[in-house]
Amino acid sequence: MSNSLIEIDLDQTPLRDANRQMQDATAEAFRLLHPRGIHALAAGLTQPVQVTIAGHAGFYCAGMNQQAAVTVEGHAGVGLAENMMSGAVRVTGNASQSAGATGHGGLLVVEGDCASRCGISMKGIDIVVGGSVGHMSAFMGQAGSLAVLGDAGPDLGDSLYEARLYVRGRVDSLGADCKEKEMTAHHLDKLARLLDRAKVKADPRDFRRYGSARRLYHFQTDNLDAY
Amino acid sequence: MNAPPKGPPHTHPRPSATFDAYTLSEIRRAAVTGVYDIRGGGAKRALPHFDDLLFLGASMSRYPLEGYRERCNTAVVLGDRFAEKPIELKIPITIAGMSFGSLSAQAKEALGRGASAMGTSTTTGDGGMTPEERGHSSLLVYQYLPSRYGMNPDDLRRADAIEIVVGQGAKPGGGGMLLGQKITERVAEMRDLPEGIDQRSACRHPDWTGPDDLEIKIQELREITQHKVPIYIKIGASRPYFDTALSIKAGADVVVLDGMQGGTAATQEVFIEQVGIPTLAAIRPAVQALIDADMHRKVQLVVSGGIRNGADVAKCLALGADAVSIGSAALVALGDNDPRWEADYQALGTTAGCYDDWQAGQDPAGITTQDPVLAARLDPVAAGKRLANYLAVMTLECQTIARANGKSDLRNLEPEDLVALTVEAAAMAKVPLAGTDWIPGQNGY
Repeated sequence: MSNSLIEIDLDQTPLRDANRQMQDATAEAFRLLHPRGIHALAAGLTQPVQVTIAGHAGFYCAGMNQQAAVTVEGHAGVGLAENMMSGAVRVTGNASQSAGATGHGGLLVVEGDCASRCGISMKGIDIVVGGSVGHMSAFMGQAGSLAVLGDAGPDLGDSLYEARLYVRGRVDSLGADCKEKEMTAHHLDKLARLLDRAKVKADPRDFRRYGSARRLYHFQTDNLDAY
Repeated sequence: MNAPPKGPPHTHPRPSATFDAYTLSEIRRAAVTGVYDIRGGGAKRALPHFDDLLFLGASMSRYPLEGYRERCNTAVVLGDRFAEKPIELKIPITIAGMSFGSLSAQAKEALGRGASAMGTSTTTGDGGMTPEERGHSSLLVYQYLPSRYGMNPDDLRRADAIEIVVGQGAKPGGGGMLLGQKITERVAEMRDLPEGIDQRSACRHPDWTGPDDLEIKIQELREITQHKVPIYIKIGASRPYFDTALSIKAGADVVVLDGMQGGTAATQEVFIEQVGIPTLAAIRPAVQALIDADMHRKVQLVVSGGIRNGADVAKCLALGADAVSIGSAALVALGDNDPRWEADYQALGTTAGCYDDWQAGQDPAGITTQDPVLAARLDPVAAGKRLANYLAVMTLECQTIARANGKSDLRNLEPEDLVALTVEAAAMAKVPLAGTDWIPGQNGY
């Protein structure tokens, strides 16, 4: 890896070539110019490179990221950092639906709002949203944490497994098998560390915690009304 | 000798065709448990199937190939539309997606061994790729499912092809299911789930909602795998014309079409038997979609669901498929439902040939289980050899039929080689009723 910053003008460089350069880590840092909402930007990175996208990104930006630190200076489309394994992804604007979907690890920070299904099927990723999240966020969330500084839309945490949810604002409604839980000192500490990692200023004591009621882990006919 | 009953003569006891013995047993079961019946496998009801078709063979107007001497190609290439490294199969019979979790590690290893010995591919399932599976499979297709359990980009890059699962024939519109008995520590760890819970997977992908999105998803997968491996789309047979057309539009290299006889690890009985259409009914609409898009043989079609022998393979190919996939039959070759375990089956309230409680994890044959004692019953080397033998027999049978119809390549088989025994099969397969030139629904009739 050379010790340098490479600028890639996406008006001049095909997506495949741009991604290949970042996947091969031909430099320590990359700055992508004129992204114009291109899909699958910075997808499949495996090395600890720094990537800055100077503008809006399309679908699946930083998809399946491993180790890289990707910053979007703008908004991001559907499936931002989907299935991220490690590393960090930050968006200064808003993100469309399914941000952080199925992510196994790493840190996703969206400074603005996220649309529906933020953190759907999350499997260990940590997500911090500066604004609000849409409906069905953290649906079937298995592991990891979702912290929302704003509000959460309807059916938060529906069919939740063991993901931890923290919301500072209003929750429109909780999904099936999701319930409010006590914010213990342990959780306050966890949340404080998460907010610190995300470089977000907020008091953990202003948040409420939600998690799985674990009533639906085994199907029982008495729970029919839950579906 | 018993005395005759008094009074007027009785009629013979007459079981109801509507409320037959199975139906009555299901009503009683439901009344006691309050939960729908869950089982594994595919549709068990009688359906129009490949047995309803016959090959004509050669005669005065067709010239056969020498049955034991002249070459008849069995190789097929899958995924050369866009991928840099398409899959090169020596035989047109692949092993369908089945997960570690639903199957024991020994069974997965045996599938890999058998498929590899015959130069064909095997496929992962819900829950990710195990090192044993990758190690024993020379060609491994990695399923990309709605749950994304165990999904990681390293495995994606280790795969020889990627199969995006939109649906499966046993339950089009339904998600996976793995009950707590089979969520062992290893399975739970691979799927990021608490040990012992009932896993009910999502039926929709979490980050795309239609063919336009899927096209972009495929672009992402190609970027991540650097455009090397083929991308399949697997659909359950429901609306095969439109689903195939949309798969082509989304950028698939291969379409996998699974009919309702195709098996599942576990789902509701009512789903298996009441949703989806038979394999026989699905093939021609899918092929027509490929033809209409000028993509027949360019985007390959793999058909699965109830394929049992070389004749079934030949019939699929004659109707326009490029290859087939087997799941249930492969498990039988490994040892599933073997009468040698009859006493154990009886103890479970069933009998060899009928055991379908694959969700329960008590499989006497050691295949659909995570119980280490039961799983140890299956020798993966011997079972793999049985699968290879079975695949060889299917291939030889298919070649026999192809040569008899004058074909030097299995994929030269064509609908013109077939007739149907029933009106239903004639209409579905769009071949004439035997002895007539009548194809129901064609030419205004």
